[in-house]
Amino acid sequence: MMLFEQSRSRREAMRLAAISVAVAALTPRLAFAKPEDVKAEMDKLYGGKEMATGKLKLDMPEIAENGLVVPINIEVESPMTEADYVKSVSVFAEGNPFPRVLTYHFTPACGRAAASLRMRLAQTQNVIAVAETSTGQLYTAKSEVKVTIGGCGG
Amino acid sequence: MAKTSARVRVPPKAKKDEIIEVKTLVSHEMESGVRKDSSGKIVPRNIINRFTAAFNGKVVFEAEWFPSVSANPYQSFFFKAQESGEFTFTWKDDQGQETTAKAKLEVA
Repeated sequence: MMLFEQSRSRREAMRLAAISVAVAALTPRLAFAKPEDVKAEMDKLYGGKEMATGKLKLDMPEIAENGLVVPINIEVESPMTEADYVKSVSVFAEGNPFPRVLTYHFTPACGRAAASLRMRLAQTQNVIAVAETSTGQLYTAKSEVKVTIGGCGG
Repeated sequence: MAKTSARVRVPPKAKKDEIIEVKTLVSHEMESGVRKDSSGKIVPRNIINRFTAAFNGKVVFEAEWFPSVSANPYQSFFFKAQESGEFTFTWKDDQGQETTAKAKLEVA
């Protein structure tokens, strides 16, 4: 009797496991962007041009307890004169439903190419920023953020 | 649609060539378009997709926002004081609703 019970529950467990695999395969998951999507988006915006590191600083927490509000702070070293200023900064997230997060358009009137806001992070992932100067230079920076509780609905 | 309200913080006075920080906050749910309601239907996207800051009518800073920007978006940036005048801040969402705020700056 005992043996029968055991084998029955084992069979049941196997059956349930099979069902859950089938359900997982059929349920459309919330689609997240992949690192490739971010690369494609970046290629679309910057035409695959070479990017340097250094002048662009992307400041984010290493660990975000709440993925709904993660502070992000961007600063680019630049004279911010009519002749040489930071035209734009875009931010991309490798593990959110959409690869692009924001694009800033700066002018020499800003005096400083820096800005901060709060963003959503659905899961632990890399955040990438790209700055473009008026002279055509591109700079990039990357930051990995570990997320305890994800944002982005679901 | 909930009424949006905006708050901005700009120092009232600055010296010429001083770089000041401008801080803004607007209330908006920033509905990402991927969230489902209790009946399982996807809630349509409605986010503020553009924030514009102008000084004396000239655009000085602009931000394009996508669904990864948090609800009730906070945005700060810098501005080099040259002359006295007024900032106009505009937030525009997917449904075309516009929220504006103004702030004066006196340059000595």
